[in-house]
Amino acid sequence: MTPFSFEWQWNIEYVIFFGLLYIALGLIGGGITFVAIKTALQVFGFMRERDFHD
Amino acid sequence: MDSPLLPYGVKRCTPGAFFLWTLPWLALLAWGGLAAVLCLWKGLNQTHMSNVFAFALWIVFDLAIIGLGAGAFFTGFLTYIVGRKELKSIINTAVVIGFICYSGAIAMLGIDIGQPIRGWFIFWHANIHSMLVEVSFCITCYLIVLTIEFVPLILENRQIRKVRELRLVGHNLHEIMAVFAATGTFLSFFHQGSLGGMFGVMYARPFAAREGFYIWPWTFFLFVLSAIACGPCFTILCTKLTEFLSRKKLVPDDAIQFLAKMSGWLLALYMVLKTFDYLGWIYGIVPRAGLTFMDFFNEGPYGVWIIVAEMVFCGFLPAIILLTPAGRKSQGWLIFASLLNCAGIVLNRFLFIIVTPAIPVMPFDRFRSYLPTWQEWGIGMAVVGYGFLVFSLAYRYLPMFPKETELNPLPVE
Repeated sequence: MTPFSFEWQWNIEYVIFFGLLYIALGLIGGGITFVAIKTALQVFGFMRERDFHD
Repeated sequence: MDSPLLPYGVKRCTPGAFFLWTLPWLALLAWGGLAAVLCLWKGLNQTHMSNVFAFALWIVFDLAIIGLGAGAFFTGFLTYIVGRKELKSIINTAVVIGFICYSGAIAMLGIDIGQPIRGWFIFWHANIHSMLVEVSFCITCYLIVLTIEFVPLILENRQIRKVRELRLVGHNLHEIMAVFAATGTFLSFFHQGSLGGMFGVMYARPFAAREGFYIWPWTFFLFVLSAIACGPCFTILCTKLTEFLSRKKLVPDDAIQFLAKMSGWLLALYMVLKTFDYLGWIYGIVPRAGLTFMDFFNEGPYGVWIIVAEMVFCGFLPAIILLTPAGRKSQGWLIFASLLNCAGIVLNRFLFIIVTPAIPVMPFDRFRSYLPTWQEWGIGMAVVGYGFLVFSLAYRYLPMFPKETELNPLPVE
């Protein structure tokens, strides 16, 4: 049992299923965290704000 | 009155006219709201779902709009991963449509499961061998991705842009959109596929069962292919409807033509593979179950005409039109082919969801038919109303079509 799956079992099927899920969630969470940190650095003047063009 | 909220350099109808436009959609939402209250309060006895039709109208709606909403992930993939720059003029529309389709589908599922308060069970008590569990995880995660993709567009609103912090969030999100697009593509591939796989593994139901590769029945791959073949056409339809209603050109032809051509090739490939799938099924699974193809249509309301309509009129015909340069360049033929393409995916989902359980599998069984109650229609139509409402609000207040000002310059006063 892990905090993220009540019925977790240590076998390859669980590792693949939850592994892929955590990779997807990790990318989403990592992306959001990156944006939050970058925005905070720009707001507080530690990073230059770039002009945005399509 | 609301002009400070409108995007720069565009013309919109008066607030009064806009309010009148929203009334039918609000009425649909009210109908759905009443139906939802009844279903949540009194239970699923408000529907004609049963042990035979456990999947009914709501799942037809769900699977159809999830298929139609596939334009979001596929257009995102082509724009941010493949790098088709011309699609930047239509990607916002695709994202809004995707967001509407997925959020509407999940809201409908909230009613469908009967006890939404236990909706989290599927995540906490995950049966990882169930395709439905994979679908649940993927569509939930993908809705998060779609929300993230929608947020920068919301933050582009004229008034919100004035807040520097929010503008920065929008820009920074936009800069790493390829990461979210790739994640969305991965999640969409698996949930679109698993929605099909769910039916292909119903070995006790010869009408739906299919052979396949490893753990994936052919329906897994066909559902993915059909979704990416029709999703772009649904995006084209919504764009053309907006252009018709606003009497403006909103998206350059190169983007529309590219999507239509891509859709045509994918639909043609899908139809070829689907033909092989039907032949393999008719001469393989069906006889092995002691049946013939026409045994499925001996009685009951669902005739073989549905398959003919799905394959010929809503499959090969739109594929030919979309693959013919003159066909897809003609506005009327393009819309006609897109409509047929989208109707085809709805028929395909209807066949798997409604016709499969209607056909008896035991000698003592009989053909069943199913008619939804007004409550079921109410929930389904509420999603349509919700879609029109969100799309209209997005069109009015957000720069959903980035080329709109360029294509429709305002006269100098």
